[in-house]
This record gives sequence, C-alpha cells and structure tokens, in this order.
Amino acid sequence: MSAAPEHAPTMAKMSLTERLAPHAPILLVIALILAGLVAIPATSSWLTLTVSGLAMGMMIFIMASGLTLVFGLMDVINFGHGAFVSVGAFVGVSFLLLLEHMTGAPNLLWNLTALMVAIVGAMTATGVMGWAFERVIVKPVYGHHLKQILVTMGGLIVVEQLIIVLWGPEEIYITRPEALKGAITFAGAALEKYRLVAVGIGLVVFLAMRWTLRRTKIGLIVRAGVENSEMVQALGYNLRMVFIGVFVAGSALAGLGGVLWGLYQEVITAHMGNQTMILVFIVVIIGGLGSVEGCFIGALLVGLMQNYVAFLEPKAALISNIALMVAILMWRPMGMIPVVKAK
Amino acid sequence: MLKTLVSGDTPRSPILLAILIVILICLAFAPFLFPGVRSVDTAARICIFIVLVASYGLLLGYGGIVSFAHTMFFGLGAYGVALASTHMGRGFDALLVGSVAGAGLAALLALVIGLFSLRVRAIFFAMITLAVASAVAVLVSQLSTLTGGEDGLSFKIPRALGPAFKFMDGELFGVKANGKLLKYYLVFISCFVLFLLMLRVVNSPFGRVLQAIRENDFRAEAIGYRVVHYRVAATCLSAAIAALAGALYAVWLRYVGPDTTLSMEIMIDILLMVVIGGMGTMYGAVIGATLFVLAQNYLQNVLSLAGESVSSLPLLPDLLNADRWLLWLGVLFILSVYFFPTGIVGRLRGK
Repeated sequence: MSAAPEHAPTMAKMSLTERLAPHAPILLVIALILAGLVAIPATSSWLTLTVSGLAMGMMIFIMASGLTLVFGLMDVINFGHGAFVSVGAFVGVSFLLLLEHMTGAPNLLWNLTALMVAIVGAMTATGVMGWAFERVIVKPVYGHHLKQILVTMGGLIVVEQLIIVLWGPEEIYITRPEALKGAITFAGAALEKYRLVAVGIGLVVFLAMRWTLRRTKIGLIVRAGVENSEMVQALGYNLRMVFIGVFVAGSALAGLGGVLWGLYQEVITAHMGNQTMILVFIVVIIGGLGSVEGCFIGALLVGLMQNYVAFLEPKAALISNIALMVAILMWRPMGMIPVVKAK
Repeated sequence: MLKTLVSGDTPRSPILLAILIVILICLAFAPFLFPGVRSVDTAARICIFIVLVASYGLLLGYGGIVSFAHTMFFGLGAYGVALASTHMGRGFDALLVGSVAGAGLAALLALVIGLFSLRVRAIFFAMITLAVASAVAVLVSQLSTLTGGEDGLSFKIPRALGPAFKFMDGELFGVKANGKLLKYYLVFISCFVLFLLMLRVVNSPFGRVLQAIRENDFRAEAIGYRVVHYRVAATCLSAAIAALAGALYAVWLRYVGPDTTLSMEIMIDILLMVVIGGMGTMYGAVIGATLFVLAQNYLQNVLSLAGESVSSLPLLPDLLNADRWLLWLGVLFILSVYFFPTGIVGRLRGK
C-alpha cells in the first residue's frame, strides 16, 4: 500500500482581476467618468457634463427601477411603462401650474413645497393607474410574453391618446420653480441647480429602495421572488399580492420620473414616455433584468455616455448608447448584474 | 396546380376563400375596376402592406418573435431605392441596385441584432429592436445631407413608369395605357410573387420548425434544432422582404421620408394588421392589411361625422375626433388580443 501523496492544502490569493470582477460594473462608471475627463478638453465643462449626466442617469433610474423589478418578480414585461411617465409628467405639471403663486415666488421653501405637492400628486395618480393597468391589462396575460408585449403596447397607445384628449394635442411648456432656475458656479463650472436637485432626489430614491430591499421583510420576499418565485410561493407567500404592490410602486416611481424629466426638458408631450422608454430599455437590459443595482449603474452609464458624447459629437449621442449596450452584452450577455436565474 | 402555387396552404374555409378571391380580383384589376387616382393609390398601398404585414407575420405569427424594427427594415429598402435613384440617375438598374442593397443591408442588420439578442432571451429582441429602430429614425432625420432629413427625398423613377410614357396608343379598357399602369402592375406582380414566396417558406420544413419553436422553444432545442439559428434566419428573411416592400413603396410614391417609412405609427399599424387579420397565417396579413388600409382611408371620415353628431356633449366630441382614431384602434387591438387571438382568419377557419 503506497503512502498517500503529500498533500498540502493552500488557499491561493485571488488575483487582482478576480477580486475586481464583482465590482466591475461600478468600476466601469468610474472608468467612464475618467475617460470623459481625458476626452473633454476643459475641466469645467467636464464637471458640468458629469453633473448633468448623473442627473439624467438618476432620472432614468427612477423610471427604469419599477420596470426591472416587475420583470424580475413575475416575468412580466411592460411595454406600457412609458405611459406612466407621460401621465406622471402631465399630472405633476398641472399641479405646478395650479400652484403658480408658489413656484413663481423666489422662495426655496415654497418652491420645494410646490414641487413636493406635484410629485405626490403625480405619484398618487400613476400609482392608482398602475393598479388599474395591472388589473385590466396585464392580469389576463400572465405567463404569455408575446401577448404581454402586444397588450401593454396597446395600453400605451390608449393612454397616450387619452392624454391628448384630456390635455390637448399641443406640447406644454413649463418653467422650473423660481429658486431652481439658473446655475451655481463651482470650481469654474456652471452647475444647474435643478440638476443638483434631481441628483439628490435620485440618490434618496435609490438609497430608500436599497434599504427597503435589503433591510425589510417585504424586501427580502421581493428579492427572493426575483431569484426563484416558485420557491417563495411554495413557502407560503402570496407573491401575486407582492407583485401588485411592486407594480404600483414601480408605476408611482415612473410618475415621479416623469415629473422630474418634464421639468428637466421644460416641455412635455404625450409621447415623452415612449421616447424615454428607449433609454429605459437600454438601461434595463445592460443592468440585467430584475436587478435594481444593475439598473442604477446602467442608468448612470447611459446618462454619462449620452452627455459626454453629445458634447463631443452631437449626432452620435443616441448611437453611442446602442454601442454601449452592444459592448456590455458582448461582455455579459445577461446584463451586468444577472439575477433572474430559475426561469 | 393552384395548390402548388399556394404551397398546399389552402384557405380551408369557404368564406375565407371567397374573401381572398374577391381581394385578389380587386387588386389584380384595380386600375380598371376603380379608375381614379385615389383608389388606385389605395390598391397599391394594400398590395405593399400585404407583403410588409406578411413578412412581419412570418416573424410574429410563425417565429413568435416581437420586433419593433420592422419599419426600419421597410425604410432601409425605401431609402436604398431613393438614394440609388438619386445618385445613379433614373433607370431600372438604380431601382435594382437600390432594392438589393437595401434588402442586403436589412438582412445584415437583422443578423447582427438577432445574434445579440435572440441568443439570450427572445424578449430582449423586442426591447433592442425598439431602441435600435428609434436610434435609426433619429439618425435619418439628422443626416439631412444624405437622407434629406425630415423633408425626405423625392426622386425620379424610370421614364417607362411615369404618366408621360405611352406603351400603346389610345386606351386599354377605358384606362390610359401609360407608365402609371405599368407601375401599378410592377408593384402588384412583385407583391404577388413575394407573397407566394413567403407562403412557400412558411409551409416548408423550415416553417414547421419555426412553428415548433414558437409553441415550445425548449422542446424544439431538446429535439435537436438550433433554436437561435432558426430564429435568426427567420428574422433576416423577414427583414429582407420588408426592405423589398419598402423599395416598392418608394417606387410607388417616388418619395421617401421618415413619416412614410420609419415612423412608430406605421409600426403600430403593422402590429394591428397582423393581430386583426390573424397571427400564424399568411392569409391573416391579406385580410388585415386590406381592412386596415381601407379603414384608414375611408373610416376616418365616418369617425369625424360621429364626432360632429355629438358635438353638444362634453368630452365625447374629443374622444370621437378623427385625430383620435388611434385611441379606438388601441382599444380594438387590446380587445382582439384578449378575445380574438387568432384574428379574423382564425375565426373563419373555426379554430
């Protein structure tokens, strides 16, 4: 009987690339910002663009987060998500126009109160609408992707047309609240106040969402449901109820995104939701369907990319995001942070 | 003989057969049966949309793949012909080069998009095509030096297809025997051939495999078919045919522009035509496109009459405004997906 071979277990130190791999997506954002710094000649314009890229990314994230969770949880793909963005914008702007005496006054507190009222109004409206949309449009076609895409697209058309019926076919121009107009100068760069507010709101939403998903029981159920919905149902949780909740929350967030986006563009149209959906879909795909973190990072990438490229070569802006999507899908075909496994 | 012509895919319903024959006769003799610029124009539009919708039906009805880039492929063919005719001068060679180049480019683009998205999840395809198609539409309106931007391009087609050209003296059954008549028949015959070609494709073993994949892709893969290959091939084929339909449309209109070929509205029209006509059968495209184009041309008047008759009531006139007909189409679309998933043809066939 021969002796057992010499056996000395060692734990090899993971190489740097192996240790970096899990953090690759967030490093990509930093790399993009640094690449922007190199490519853009003046540091001050780089700073301006970075802030506006972040603001845009945050707004896209707010709109996209609901979509990605809804898909992850119930395998429902909602092509009508843009309708909530449009409705949110129209309701929000209607509130702002009603509260003109508050938004017109050069008083930050009053302005923010008016903005909050508009946001709460828009989110309530889109939340209720999301509930109705789920009941009427999405529920009959659970588990059938083809019909989901067709029916939600039909829902989008109907809602867009109803907006035109209620608010008229013309685009509505709006002015931002008085105290949020203009820019502040920081290190030689002009930073629009409104964009800073948008970054703030986006960060708050992201952190609140992350906290809910990571620290609360409902968040645990949602995350587990995204990973393996059958298992969660087998354990006795009514995932359908959770799903409706997520759908309503996602719709309300889309409405919030709509208000912010409308004030960012300073003009709203019934088709704005569908137009933003292009970027939202890119973000959801590159982030990985079902992943909130992936969605956040994807949105930042898209927002920054759009702003840098629009500055350097205006015509290539939209194409650059498609190129970004292609590159990321070549690198990780399921998106940067794939989470949906058991489907 | 006839059965071979339709590749063994007979209508299988007397009513459907009758409707199809009526449509065929009306389209084949449209310039003689319905003289008049507007009705011939409607007939040509119906021909072209039948091909376009059938090519989309190949993808959606047989492949089970939702694409939002079908107008992009349609537009590629149209712009191919327009650009070739602008730069090579008028002539049939320009039309040929333009349509072949457009179809080739469309197939290539479909291949790239398909390889990227279909290998992961079929629903990625819907989202990616939506993004790419919008980007292309924006690009076309921005590159105004090449594409004419929002204004589009007007171009000259061969003299033999223009109203000034007479191929015989006098009149043919009371219709001027000019190039316009030849142009209609160029469109009609090309569309007819393309349609029969697609009928051949969907009834071939290839079409069967596509149907199998639509019903259960996992199982088709397990049996040994490379699902991705089949899906990508169907996408490329459908894109190329859509581009050819676009080329015909450009020849017919002698004009291309973003609104006539690339807009999201046309994409929605195509979706409606497929669903209303019936998914999963080529004849659905014929019925859907015919009904829809006729409705589009003539029903809007009815809607505006209805709007006027209720003008004293609140909100209703706005809802019945002729510009809001998309609203009613949307409602119709949702209802038909729920209650009528096989469309008119499916109902007639008693499925």
